[in-house]
Amino acid sequence: MTQVSMTVNGKSVSGDVEGRTLLSSFLREHLSLTGTHVGCDTAQCGACVVHVNGEAVKSCNMLALEADGSDVGTIEGQANEDGSLNVIQQAFQDHHGLQCGFCTPGMVMSTAALLKDNPRPTEAEIRKYLEGNLCRCTGYHNIVKSIMAASGQDASSIAAE
Amino acid sequence: MYNFEFEKPSTIADAVAALGVEDAQALGGGQTLIPTLKQRLAAPSSLVSLSGIAELQGVCIEDDGSVAIGGATTHATVAHEAASSYPALAALAGQIGDPAVRNRGTIGGSIANNDPAACYPAGALGSGATIVTDKRQIGADDFFQGMFTTALEEGEIITSVRFPVPLAASYQKFLQPASRFALVGVYLARFSDGVRVAVTGASEDGVFRWSEAEQALTKEFRPDALMDLQINPMNMIGDLHGSKAYRAHLVGVMTKRAVEATL
Repeated sequence: MTQVSMTVNGKSVSGDVEGRTLLSSFLREHLSLTGTHVGCDTAQCGACVVHVNGEAVKSCNMLALEADGSDVGTIEGQANEDGSLNVIQQAFQDHHGLQCGFCTPGMVMSTAALLKDNPRPTEAEIRKYLEGNLCRCTGYHNIVKSIMAASGQDASSIAAE
Repeated sequence: MYNFEFEKPSTIADAVAALGVEDAQALGGGQTLIPTLKQRLAAPSSLVSLSGIAELQGVCIEDDGSVAIGGATTHATVAHEAASSYPALAALAGQIGDPAVRNRGTIGGSIANNDPAACYPAGALGSGATIVTDKRQIGADDFFQGMFTTALEEGEIITSVRFPVPLAASYQKFLQPASRFALVGVYLARFSDGVRVAVTGASEDGVFRWSEAEQALTKEFRPDALMDLQINPMNMIGDLHGSKAYRAHLVGVMTKRAVEATL
């Protein structure tokens, strides 16, 4: 076992892990931050997306020890300080951007990473950016709408495909 | 996945020493290696992470104008930092996997793995790049030796990849949407002394140069120059995503598109 230390949602944390412990396992099983979902465990579905030093990564495909010393952000750190939903989360609620909700943590974390670099993405840019986030309910249309709204754009103009 | 020791050296010398241990394995971004370990297709005694070595990071322009990319540089960084110095290569990097995968996956990892459908082997072979390791320099023509096989020796580390910048280049990727690898990808580079065409995703022998197309395009650089050329489907990959004949056909189509994109 090796000690790993990192900042998660602004709090310093540490724990003893094996070499093979994944970042997703460390977050879920050691820190009980189960908002990060493990959907496929093969780095395809994106439900486990978190931020490592501000960049979106699939936490099921990164070793916990690789994140030693990093600043990690998860879905649990997304809400406003008073506990209310942040702009992205609120937009997902307002525009029915979730059906079963399983993919939602990854969708929200990917959206946050997208809007950091591109505050007003086009519909095409949003769809392109979400290539690594799968929604098995196939609820993409309203997810895209939610992201348009979260970036302060008119979401009503998106036609159903 | 079986357990292993984890090491994260901060210098190339320490990484080489750590890789000297029996069954030690270098770890780039892990975007292929970690899924491989999960399937228990490999059982290294230790993983030596290359992500903590500063000199393996980043994109720089050499005195001779070539673009040198550190072995542990992520696809996202190449897509961003090489955009002005070598746009076609930056565009290739920006099409690998998805955004989260590009934030972790590295050029050295991709080239060392030499997946027969990966994008970077086509970019390196098509550009006539030089693969620089801790021991030597290897030309791309000698480096890629068939599916998942390269000239790398045990424990040898790719420190950088040096790309001569062509007059014009284009990567045309026909996406296999489930894996996000190339069903067929063609990297075409036009230099003052000739044209290089490298094909990924198509052959059972991994990335290869399509020499007939190179000769035809060097003689006459226009899409019609490819009209009478055909790839023999015999050695093509045939699977549920596309037959041998389909992939052979796609090689021609994607090469033509690459010519059109550089005109």
